[in-house]
Amino acid sequence: MSHLGPDDPAGLEVSGLRYTYPDGTAALHGLDLRVEVGERVAVLGPNGAGKTTFALHCNGLLRGQGGEVVVGGLRLDDRSLTEIRRRVGFVFQDADDQLFLGTVREDVAFGPANLGLRAEELQARVQDALAAVEAEHLAGRAPHHLSGGERRRVALATVLAMRPALLVLDEPTSNLDPAGRRELHDVLARLPVTQLVVTHDLPFALELCPRAVIVNGGRVVADGPTAHILADEALLHANRLELPFGFDPRTTRRG
Amino acid sequence: MGAGHTHALYVHEHSPVHALPPHVKVVATVAFVVTVAVTPASAGPVFAVAALLLAAVTRLARVPLRFVVARLVVVVPFLLVALMVPFVASGERTEVLGVSVAAEGLVAGFGIAARASLGATASILLAATTEVPRLLRGLERLRVPPVLTQIATFMVRYLEVVAGELGRMRTAMVARGHDPRWLWQARPVAAATGALFVRSYERGERVHAAMLARGYTGTMPQLDEESEVTTATWARALAPAVLLVAVLVVWAVLT
Amino acid sequence: MHAPDGFLTVPAAVGTGLISAGAVGAALRQSREQLGEQQVPLAGLTAAFVFAAQMVNFPVAAGTTGHLMGGALAAVLLGPWVGLLVVSVVVIVQALVFADGGISALGYNLINMAVVTSLGGWGVFRLGRRVLPKTRVGVAVAAGLAGGASVVISAMAFSLEWLVGASVPVAFDRVFGAMVGVHTLIGIGEGAITGLAVAAVLASRPDLVTGAVGLEPPRGPRTRVRPFAIGAVVVSLLVAAVVAQFAVDDPDGLERVAEDTGFAASAQDHPLGNSIFADYATAGVADESTSLAIAGISGTLLTLAVGGGLFSAVRRRGPSTSSPTQPVG
Repeated sequence: MSHLGPDDPAGLEVSGLRYTYPDGTAALHGLDLRVEVGERVAVLGPNGAGKTTFALHCNGLLRGQGGEVVVGGLRLDDRSLTEIRRRVGFVFQDADDQLFLGTVREDVAFGPANLGLRAEELQARVQDALAAVEAEHLAGRAPHHLSGGERRRVALATVLAMRPALLVLDEPTSNLDPAGRRELHDVLARLPVTQLVVTHDLPFALELCPRAVIVNGGRVVADGPTAHILADEALLHANRLELPFGFDPRTTRRG
Repeated sequence: MGAGHTHALYVHEHSPVHALPPHVKVVATVAFVVTVAVTPASAGPVFAVAALLLAAVTRLARVPLRFVVARLVVVVPFLLVALMVPFVASGERTEVLGVSVAAEGLVAGFGIAARASLGATASILLAATTEVPRLLRGLERLRVPPVLTQIATFMVRYLEVVAGELGRMRTAMVARGHDPRWLWQARPVAAATGALFVRSYERGERVHAAMLARGYTGTMPQLDEESEVTTATWARALAPAVLLVAVLVVWAVLT
Repeated sequence: MHAPDGFLTVPAAVGTGLISAGAVGAALRQSREQLGEQQVPLAGLTAAFVFAAQMVNFPVAAGTTGHLMGGALAAVLLGPWVGLLVVSVVVIVQALVFADGGISALGYNLINMAVVTSLGGWGVFRLGRRVLPKTRVGVAVAAGLAGGASVVISAMAFSLEWLVGASVPVAFDRVFGAMVGVHTLIGIGEGAITGLAVAAVLASRPDLVTGAVGLEPPRGPRTRVRPFAIGAVVVSLLVAAVVAQFAVDDPDGLERVAEDTGFAASAQDHPLGNSIFADYATAGVADESTSLAIAGISGTLLTLAVGGGLFSAVRRRGPSTSSPTQPVG
């Protein structure tokens, strides 16, 4: 997949991020996080901790009411918004939200077409993105006729077609069967881009991401190697996180 | 009052009718339907020719006759209307099998039944041989405002998703013994309708976010330019309508 | 209500087609103003909602069911123009993709199911809001009245189109009596569901109800819906009683419209049954002056409702801001 490699894999610097929803719910209380180029970082935390709100800030879908977001040295503001959205690919939790056109091919082409690509260049981009998720054979299909795993991979392809430098994935394994989860892991592990993976799936986090952070109450409350974080029972308990029954991160080798 | 069907009528086949460019097919269908609509109720032979032409197209399109007939149920209420017309119509009375009916109404009722069934058959054939995204792009090519066809595209895309949510809510109600028989027991149904609206609206917002994340700025990219259509193609597509017009003219001259 | 091809004369089809095209064009511009770049996804998703809502069966009496038209519901929730637009898209897609309703009948189907239901419903809703208390219950009741009225308005519009473009010689007052009579009954169900559905949205996301803009937040106990439901049914019944005057001497017509809307659970009475024929011998020729009187009155009502809705829709300038959804997790 080297030909799909990003032009420049980018790091992420978030500092002092604050956000309150219009209905008054405060979601972020000064969140700081630094992600190095090429890192894969799991973002863990209980429901309502602000994980998704944080993720939505990474490509400007939500705009900070305080603090700043810097992607690959470019600070997010009104002028840089378009370029930030190209650099940061966001994979939504519900693939149905992301696949909104009639066929897979059209959906994957939507992003690069917005970047101004046309004709052969556009088709080549679509082909590459589908190849990266092993879904070339699905190009002509309608999104609502795909299986859960296929839908998730195609949703990923729609983002890869933008050639992002940083991928943000919101609960990528939710509603996937074990095989679909395995295929998704293999695809993600091969991608040479910086990745931020918001998830409740702790084994998946351990398998895919060397580093993990725990977000709770709108702040980063823990940051370290995933294996260490998952081995700290008191820390997990304090943040409403639980390992699956019988799963021991100390005896599990990363694949 | 559409007792709606969320499954499009498309029948996957490879036939000369399927292969026609969608906008050409729309024009041909409209031409045929309008000709049927202007045919006087007393022109029985013209309706018969129209029926034969539709049967021929059905055969050519490899659409099962059973499929077309089954879909014709949508006009059944109007066939019943047609059946009533001779009795409620004003004008000169005549006796049929010892029953007094309006002579003019008898003919008019036949006209309603014939036009309704033939028009619906033509529409069914259009829908059965044209995939929905292509049909909508065909409309765009006929100068239907793109915003309108794009809204329709989104609607068709999410129809099954929204209807699926509705179905699950209904199942959940039935599973808990909900079996309303009177209007004042309809509150849960209405509450579910309200909830369905909120879910649909919020999904609309998420879809918009997903579009923004891939560079949407308010206009949908035009993904493919369609090729020129030859005169021969137009001629083939319009043949049934032209034939029908000719028959109608001949009939009018002869009577 | 999805009339097939050739149900009205060709001039009527062309005339209504031009009116509908104008209305949809206006709705496109106005909704663009209201929704901005969210127009395509939001209108698309809410159109899918309206399509699905039309599949909602609600109980009427003794296990018989009706289903929603949704025009007034869409107008109250989304505003008259976006409402008109999304219901129009539903009607167009039903004709082209589902062969439900004739392609050459789109003009009058759009008027009856999208244009007059959303604009007329909106007119009644605005009137109701002016008269009723400025509370959630008030909004829900106004929505219920709008829902009920929209169905009757739709039937009136159909009857008036029949007056100018009937393709068969059936007298206007017969069609009017049957259409409006039956649809008044249907309207009770539509009104109850519309009001209750709006109440449900007001309880969870009041900011999404365009027709409730400017409503102060509720004080004290939460919305009670039962009094409203009873009130709506009583009002609708009164209206039904009045309108039924037109319909009583026309039982076959009733049955006819019942069949035509798919509303009646059963119409086992065979249309050729002997009892029905007795009437027809006497009811051959229509009384022209009655026809004209009914046409005049219903035309006036229709114009008032649709015109009122149009007026307040054009005058209203809703805020175009929308709050982002709070994500889960």
